[in-house]
Amino acid sequence: MSAKVVYMDNNATTRVAPEVQKAMVPYFSELYGNPSSMHTFGGQVGGALAEAREQIANLIGASDDEIIFTSCGTESDSTAIFSALQTFPDKRHIVTTRVEHPAVKNLCENIDNLTGHKHKVTQLPVDREGMLDLQRYEESLTDDTAIVSVMWANNETGVIFPVAAMAEIAKSRGILFHTDAVQAVGKIPIDLSRNSSIDFLSISGHKLHASKGIGVLYVRRGTPFAPFLIGGHQEKGRRGGTENVAAIIGLGKACALAGARLEDENTRVRALRDRLEKGLLETIPHSMLNGHRTERLPNTTSVSFEFVEGEAILLHLDRFGICASSGSACTSGSLEPSHVLRAMGVPFTAAHGSIRFSLSVYNTEDEVDFILEKLPPVIANLRDLSPFWKGNHPGAVGSSQCKCSC
Amino acid sequence: MWNYTDKVKDHFLNPRNVGDIEDASGKGEVGSLACGDALTLTFKLGADGRIEDAKFKTFGCASAIASSSALTEMVKGLTLEEAEKITNEDIAEYLGGLPKEKMHCSVMGREALEAAIANYKGVPIPMAQGELVCECFGVTDLEIRRAIQESNLKTVEEVTNFTKAGGGCENCHDRIQELILEVRKEGREEDKAEEAPKRLTNIQKIKLIEDVLEREIRPALRKDGGDIELIDVDGDFIMVSLRGACVSCVASQTTLKEYVEKKLREQVLDTLIVEEVKK
Repeated sequence: MSAKVVYMDNNATTRVAPEVQKAMVPYFSELYGNPSSMHTFGGQVGGALAEAREQIANLIGASDDEIIFTSCGTESDSTAIFSALQTFPDKRHIVTTRVEHPAVKNLCENIDNLTGHKHKVTQLPVDREGMLDLQRYEESLTDDTAIVSVMWANNETGVIFPVAAMAEIAKSRGILFHTDAVQAVGKIPIDLSRNSSIDFLSISGHKLHASKGIGVLYVRRGTPFAPFLIGGHQEKGRRGGTENVAAIIGLGKACALAGARLEDENTRVRALRDRLEKGLLETIPHSMLNGHRTERLPNTTSVSFEFVEGEAILLHLDRFGICASSGSACTSGSLEPSHVLRAMGVPFTAAHGSIRFSLSVYNTEDEVDFILEKLPPVIANLRDLSPFWKGNHPGAVGSSQCKCSC
Repeated sequence: MWNYTDKVKDHFLNPRNVGDIEDASGKGEVGSLACGDALTLTFKLGADGRIEDAKFKTFGCASAIASSSALTEMVKGLTLEEAEKITNEDIAEYLGGLPKEKMHCSVMGREALEAAIANYKGVPIPMAQGELVCECFGVTDLEIRRAIQESNLKTVEEVTNFTKAGGGCENCHDRIQELILEVRKEGREEDKAEEAPKRLTNIQKIKLIEDVLEREIRPALRKDGGDIELIDVDGDFIMVSLRGACVSCVASQTTLKEYVEKKLREQVLDTLIVEEVKK
């Protein structure tokens, strides 16, 4: 890879912060003990784990005993949902949304095969701006509903859902509430200490400058819990398996850093994002923002460029070392654009040409300017190639039309 | 990221022959905006009956653009008869290969060429004449049959990779499976091993279940003073209600799974799941 990389794909993964890496290293070398051991050598690791647990709990306003370490966000999601279904073995209804991450979406869609029981899964629709209808949500809840699983913030658009209010509604009906918060934690303030009704919350380390292979499931004190991985007594019997010590220490450090950088994220990073977004929408005709303008993470922007295809855009950007992602069909290996954009009703003319930039505290104004310099000619270039682009848009041509309901 | 060859990258980043020929001899348009890729191909026939010039415009991913660019290079200097012989495999080969999920890009190139030649000759596009199998991407049985035959495709997934058929709502998967069996059977008449797995209709399934219940299961349960009633069938889920001595029997769950479910799986369908409905 050549010298310069402009990394704006932080919703996919983030760089491990140098401070985090430094904190982790000793636990790969001299401090390699097992925290469960009787000897002092292993036991000293236990003290460091406790400290990391506290740092993580602090970031979200939780107590230490509400933090369970897992291997990733996906494991946290599965643990929460299976736990709720075991808590209410007679309830067979799950409420979620159409725009969840595959970790929740695919799990819910396959829950019958996994449990051997038939379930009803309600996937709540979103509007054109990616927002949920709270009344519709309330109406979807029944006496048979075991759990609601709704993401805190969407990975593709950054749109934030009102999970605190939704959790309250669920609680009043005796329904457990889970939120996949992997995109939200570290980017926006989260405080579960104030009368929160959220029962489960998933965190993924590598989304906030810790390493891959570490996740957290927050389980509210008093929420019934059944483990997903059963084995040793680790995590008080709530998750078997020897602790991923170095990664846990790193996540603790990353959470401390994220707490200290929250303001920077919500001022400077937000301003960079806005500058990038505004610049693109102003200089490139037939471009549009996907997702609600304000109810959104400070670091994410999803912009569609009509009549061009996302993969082609990404590969051109790649030549300049610019890293972003797309909701187009071709980038996913499937033939249809992202389920999030489709759920929002983004027209096909735009869905195939969507590009997501997700920033971090490591991005600079120079990098934003670099993208604003490089991207407009790429779009113009690809539009010159496009049969649909003739100065303005003539609409669809071609022999085959899309007749299905997708 | 996709593993594209240098040739694909070169044709993507430096596409040859972009544009529309104003006084084209033939013009072919395939794909649509909704489908995620589309190609317009124009060519001009010289006085010697050979293709003098060819140009394209493509909306699509890198491999779609590269396939189009490659195609325009390949057809120049050919007679129409020669050009008609170009297959999607030839286009892929010219580019040093394409990822299997992207083979449909080369198929699109070939179809645009056929459409352009048909346009020149003033005849209907041959591949569009068949039965429309995939409504999402507008793919006919003729296109699917040809892809199965020429590229030796064996699964629905491969057909989707090559033609896009079945990549949307998936309603046509059964039909594609039938086409695969048909074409492959035509190819090897003697090989009759490949039969489509028998699929029961709901009515057939319910009748069979009732039959097994009446004939074997109920008489067996009645011997011990119990009984069973079929309440509902939903897909593979068989809802039953236990009666008589079964209601209070501690072993009733074992009976349900180890006996009733096992019998039904043996004699009706091995994916069935029996569940008790409590009043």
